[in-house]
Amino acid sequence: MKICKTGIVESVSMLSPMIYDLAVTTNLKDYAVPGQFVMIYPKDKSTLLPRPISICEITETGLRFVFRIAGKGTAEFSGYKAGDSIKLMGPLGNGYDINLLKGKKVLTLGGGIGVPPMLELTKALKSQNIDVTAVLGYRDSSLFLKDDFDKYNDTVVATEDGSIGTKGNVMDAIAANNLKADVICACGPMPMLRAIKAYAEKENITAFISLEERMACGVGACLGCVAKTTKEDHHSHVNNARVCTEGPIFDSKEVDI
Amino acid sequence: MNTAVKIAGVEFKNPVTTASGTFGSGMEYGEFVDLNKLGAITTKGVASVAWPGNPTPRVTEVYGGMLNAIGLQNPGIEVFCERDIPFLKQYDTKIIVNVCGKTVEEYLAVVERLQNEPVDMLEINVSCPNVKEGAIAFGQDAKALENITKQIKKVAKQPVIMKLSPNVTRIADMAKAAEAAGADAISLINTITGMKIDIKRRKFVLANKTGGMSGPAIKPVAVRMVYEASHAVNIPVIGMGGIASAEDAIEFMMAGATMVAVGAANFINPNTTIEVVDGITEFMLRHGIQDINEIVGCV
Repeated sequence: MKICKTGIVESVSMLSPMIYDLAVTTNLKDYAVPGQFVMIYPKDKSTLLPRPISICEITETGLRFVFRIAGKGTAEFSGYKAGDSIKLMGPLGNGYDINLLKGKKVLTLGGGIGVPPMLELTKALKSQNIDVTAVLGYRDSSLFLKDDFDKYNDTVVATEDGSIGTKGNVMDAIAANNLKADVICACGPMPMLRAIKAYAEKENITAFISLEERMACGVGACLGCVAKTTKEDHHSHVNNARVCTEGPIFDSKEVDI
Repeated sequence: MNTAVKIAGVEFKNPVTTASGTFGSGMEYGEFVDLNKLGAITTKGVASVAWPGNPTPRVTEVYGGMLNAIGLQNPGIEVFCERDIPFLKQYDTKIIVNVCGKTVEEYLAVVERLQNEPVDMLEINVSCPNVKEGAIAFGQDAKALENITKQIKKVAKQPVIMKLSPNVTRIADMAKAAEAAGADAISLINTITGMKIDIKRRKFVLANKTGGMSGPAIKPVAVRMVYEASHAVNIPVIGMGGIASAEDAIEFMMAGATMVAVGAANFINPNTTIEVVDGITEFMLRHGIQDINEIVGCV
């Protein structure tokens, strides 16, 4: 169920330069699953469109969002104070189907600002006793959320500058640590997702990847955020699935990226 | 108190509809708003066959509005008739089907296919700025507009609304051309062609380079064009372009619109349509207006 409602900011903190942690009290949590996102509406009316932000964690009281400042909207969010009210719509998108991951060895891969949504997924998998290892890729030693992941599994880290963990990206960390998986779940920049798609095909394993695209409505009406699919999409029948509705999680075999 | 309006013999319980392309066929917004409360639902444009639309990025925000270059992605008229019309028929609202095409023949194929379908009106999209063929090519030349309107009127079983482009020198001439060719109503404005450049990457933001601008920033342009068009013709006008509140809707009606459509504001607040419907009633109560038709073109 999707709802459009006001939430109350619990806390805002900076996790690393430009990366912010926003906790909101909201009953959207009751309907949320890992991998979904929420539209957050900026108050500044010159920035009209809501911002799609992935759910980092589903908490006792609401939702936690970890985002990077990318423009005016997210800059506004970073300045919120506890007690502020904000308008949210969601939860949106398909999210992960945990049942498909039962009994499997799962790698959760997050690259950069793709790290946050992997937290709730890793947590949910662990609570179902699913064998999961998180592999997180960062630019440099200013890690964020690693401590949160460490609560649930032995986290593997890669940094582009080699300052912590494997030098390189998540794929380099998989190779260096000889990690094997039945299923990969990943969120990160497009080059990373393309590498994961190729790796999954080579290893003949399933990879669920979370796609990002510029959105307007977030609910499947405007057809702004489509991804090329290998199968006919059920909405327009033109091999263009809506990232906000049929996605953001896709089987990598089913998208042409 | 009367909120009903009539266009070409079709009575709408209130003057509020949706702007084509911003509301799908209502399915996606049915979770947020009671579709029964709307005067009409105007659907996303539908063509004779499925169209894949443009590459992404298709949308971007601009100051006070947005640009889109979706490129009329749609499933084609057959899927539309099987899926969308039965969905819409469940609700107590009128159905306006937006029709698009690359050639006159393609428009006619859709109009013909809809002849015996339970839809109330047709809105002909001769104003989409985001497709290379058809659409706006028919809406920027008075002769071409007159020709396509005449041909559609010959085939259509439902009243025909011609949706006009603001990307013209004199909107009154286009309105007159539509009326002369037999259009039952006109709607305006479609989006205003715009462009945004990513200065860090030195690239166009939209894959299509240009996109149609919508949102509150275009409202004054739209109000002016609705005023000019409605004073040039005797057929009813459906006004749109940046409507985000009941006050905006009333402004369009005072400029000459019999009906109004909510577009990009659906993205800014999914409940906008209902807030406009309720807000119009409140305005009427507050100002002692007995019949909404009193204010149409009152300035």
